[in-house]
Amino acid sequence: MYGLLISIGVILLILVIWMVYRIQTLISVAKGSDKKIATTSNKVNAFLMMVFLIGCGVLMFWYSIKEFDNYQMPIASEHGIITDRLFWITMAVTGFIFILTHILLFWFSYHYQYRDDRRAAYYPDNNKLEIIWTLVPAVVLTVLVVSGWKAWSDITAPAPEEAHVVEIMGYQFAWDIRYGGMDNTLGDYDYRLTNATNSRGIDFTDKNSFDDFPSQNVVIPKGEPVLFKIRARDVLHSVFAPHMRLKMDAVPGMPTRFWFVPNKTTEEMRAELGDEEFEYEIACTEVCGNGHFSMRKVIRVVEPDEYRTWLAEQTPFIKSNPDLVADLPADLKELAEIYINEE
Amino acid sequence: MAVANVSAHDVSNHDHHDHEHKDNFITKYIFSTDHKMIAKQYLISGMFWAFIGGFLSVLFRLQLGFPDMDLSFLRPLLGGWIDASGKLDPNFYLALVTMHGTIMVFFVLTAGLSGTFSNFLIPLQIGARDMASGFMNMLSYWFFFISGVIMFASLFLEKGPAAGGWVVYPPLSALEQAIPGSGLGMTLWLIAMTFFIASSLMGGINYITTVINLRTRGMSFSRLPLTIWAFFLTAVIGLLSFPVLFSAALLLVFDRSFGTSFYLSDIYIGGEALPNTGGSAVLYQHLFWFLGHPEVYIVLLPALGITSEIIATNSRKPIFGYKAMIISMLGITILSFVVWAHHMFVSGLNPFLGSIFMFLTLIIAVPSAVKVFNYLTTLWRGNLRFTPGMLFSIGLVSFFISGGLTGIFLGNSAIDIQLHDTYFVVAHFHLVMGSASFFGMMAGVYHWFPKMFGRMMDEKLGHVHFWLTFVGVYMVFFPMHYIGIAGFPRRYYSWTNFSFSDMYTDLNMFVSVAAIVTFVAQFIFIFNFFYSMYKGRKASPNPWQSNTLEWTTPIHPGHGNWPGEIPAVYRWPYDYSKPGAREDFIPQTVPLSATPESNLPHENKLVQLEKEIMAEEGDVLVANESKES
Repeated sequence: MYGLLISIGVILLILVIWMVYRIQTLISVAKGSDKKIATTSNKVNAFLMMVFLIGCGVLMFWYSIKEFDNYQMPIASEHGIITDRLFWITMAVTGFIFILTHILLFWFSYHYQYRDDRRAAYYPDNNKLEIIWTLVPAVVLTVLVVSGWKAWSDITAPAPEEAHVVEIMGYQFAWDIRYGGMDNTLGDYDYRLTNATNSRGIDFTDKNSFDDFPSQNVVIPKGEPVLFKIRARDVLHSVFAPHMRLKMDAVPGMPTRFWFVPNKTTEEMRAELGDEEFEYEIACTEVCGNGHFSMRKVIRVVEPDEYRTWLAEQTPFIKSNPDLVADLPADLKELAEIYINEE
Repeated sequence: MAVANVSAHDVSNHDHHDHEHKDNFITKYIFSTDHKMIAKQYLISGMFWAFIGGFLSVLFRLQLGFPDMDLSFLRPLLGGWIDASGKLDPNFYLALVTMHGTIMVFFVLTAGLSGTFSNFLIPLQIGARDMASGFMNMLSYWFFFISGVIMFASLFLEKGPAAGGWVVYPPLSALEQAIPGSGLGMTLWLIAMTFFIASSLMGGINYITTVINLRTRGMSFSRLPLTIWAFFLTAVIGLLSFPVLFSAALLLVFDRSFGTSFYLSDIYIGGEALPNTGGSAVLYQHLFWFLGHPEVYIVLLPALGITSEIIATNSRKPIFGYKAMIISMLGITILSFVVWAHHMFVSGLNPFLGSIFMFLTLIIAVPSAVKVFNYLTTLWRGNLRFTPGMLFSIGLVSFFISGGLTGIFLGNSAIDIQLHDTYFVVAHFHLVMGSASFFGMMAGVYHWFPKMFGRMMDEKLGHVHFWLTFVGVYMVFFPMHYIGIAGFPRRYYSWTNFSFSDMYTDLNMFVSVAAIVTFVAQFIFIFNFFYSMYKGRKASPNPWQSNTLEWTTPIHPGHGNWPGEIPAVYRWPYDYSKPGAREDFIPQTVPLSATPESNLPHENKLVQLEKEIMAEEGDVLVANESKES
């Protein structure tokens, strides 16, 4: 019933528009106004240019200011402060050009609308002007690029020796976290060793893996460098920690990395935002299948002391599942037993 | 023999050609070798694909704007992709965004835009009877058609079409276990793209050859309209970059079907470890973006060329900085090949390489800026006629600025870390490449409709269409900047899983409503287009009082374009409002010697030269005629 009524309504609407259109066309033919150039519609369009400029300009400023706290995400890493500053500097520069060029575009459109009694200026070129607006953008861009390049080189420089290593492995559709244990060194892995009990494909013939342990969340200390070693098991994923201003693809067969210094603990951020539930999150930003939108992992940033306590409390893989080392050669197995039996 | 005669400048043969060769329905409308008919075929196909692509975007905007909506009413159309509770299937959501991207980038903005206007305008504006090879031109369209049929068929597969994003990065696109769309859907995608690439190459070779070889007398490169320069350079870019996409696709086919490991390495999926080792997923990205980035300019340059022509005509002013426009297009052409890796700053690429590409990327902003300033100066002190074509051109300049400026953020690798693959990117490329090119295409259709069909489109409907679309596009894509700065990732079925993105439901709803309104507004255009084709006002020979050659043809040009001799060209195409001239335009076919009142000092010197050449030409013509008889 509803469907019928709606379709009748739509048909009537179309008919009305159709009639108006026909009448309008006939009138313009009768008046001969279709031959003129400086018609009313030319004026209306010119006027609408100004309406658009002012209307949308006001809308943009109003919304940008009103929503600032919503879209401006708090920063929780040291390099994030730098990249955000670059972002807002670029925003200021481009915003200025954006507004200036749009005022010119719409103002010219309005002001130079067609008039029968005027003739356009014959102004084919001016090399001086061309040179000016080649050089000025070039210089501005150079400044922006050089500052961006400095930040980029610092961010992508090799991680400090003492950086806390966290391995993040992406798979459909979650992240697995691994720590190197007290020695901060991850054991080798080989994707062919992957199975139900060893989801990360850790190679337990490598002694470094004996104290490796898994974690439900990424736990990292505030104010100390952290190195994410990133890999993927099946398809491309991308580690995105928005508050840390951190993003790096996880590529099967090619380990990647990203190091940074978190500068606010989760607790501090909760207090700052007045949100007791707040958590730092990792999301996936490289399309990876139907669960792409659900690869959530929590990062917990804690004080360094708390971190060390936490680190000491963790249980290595082989301790929670001694079967993992059941097939090792005798000498290695003996060593593994020491880890397993350690209190 | 017919083709050779048509394209040759040998005029004397042409007259009897019209009589000996009668077109039937099939040779005239289907397997036509007339560039004008092929252009129309491309245009109609492009409009069909734009409708499909736009409709797909409405579907996923429904999901994003109204995540709780019961979509059961779509079940008659989408069948099993709507589950029992009325929700869109997440796999199909990915298929929708993938197909939307593929269709819009390749089928609408490459084939629909370049295919239509390069075919239509190159022979008409350079003064040629047809393309260099009319047969290859026809083949180009029909390869595109086959490609379209295959891509269209893939929409109806049980497991859905390709779903790994329009970039189809392996391993996702290589492994059927990873996503259902990587099965037969992806196979058809690759086959369709192979045909598409073949089609573009045949088209491109033709455009280049025609521009170089078939220009009429006097049509030197420095007198070519900017449209032709743009189409020419676009074809060059396409010719150099599409083969690389083909190689990327071919290696992907090998990986998918023949067990090679070009892109695959160390993969454990579906409970088993695959034997592939030593491949590199990043290699595919390099190959893909080696086309993918130039592709941006393949869709944008023709739009910029069309706009240059329309803005000059309707401002009644010469385009400002004709030479600077050409130089910046040349600059863009060259630079477009050395910036591809800026799509890969966080792909695991060597950071040093990243910094090189950052520098190269921001250099390309300079010629773009020059173009914008030249457009603005062209408007300055003009006498503007707001035809729909002109309005869409002004809209293009606005989008080109808005979207271009956000490119400065994304080209800066340090800033890109945060913005990469967020809605900021979506906003950026939809404005600068999607909407700008789309507006260029619209401008072109409104402007050259009289030449295509001999009738005018309705102006008022055009105005309504423009304003709804212009405001609509900004309402769709401007808010995405905020969403992007807030960190919302792309290609997400829903954002509620994360607390950082569990907001802006209102803004997303607004975007979706705006998208639907904009989509519906396009039906005004569809109506206007088909109605005017049959019932529009009859066009005059030169309705926009334009200078270029196409307006010297009859209102309904036949195959061969000019009934008699092809007119010669004596001046550049932008002599609008020249001081001293009676009218505010002087067509390219008017000799300098006929306009002593408006000639500039250096042109007066050319008059003498011109007279000598004309005398010589006259001798040759007389000689030819006497030989004939």
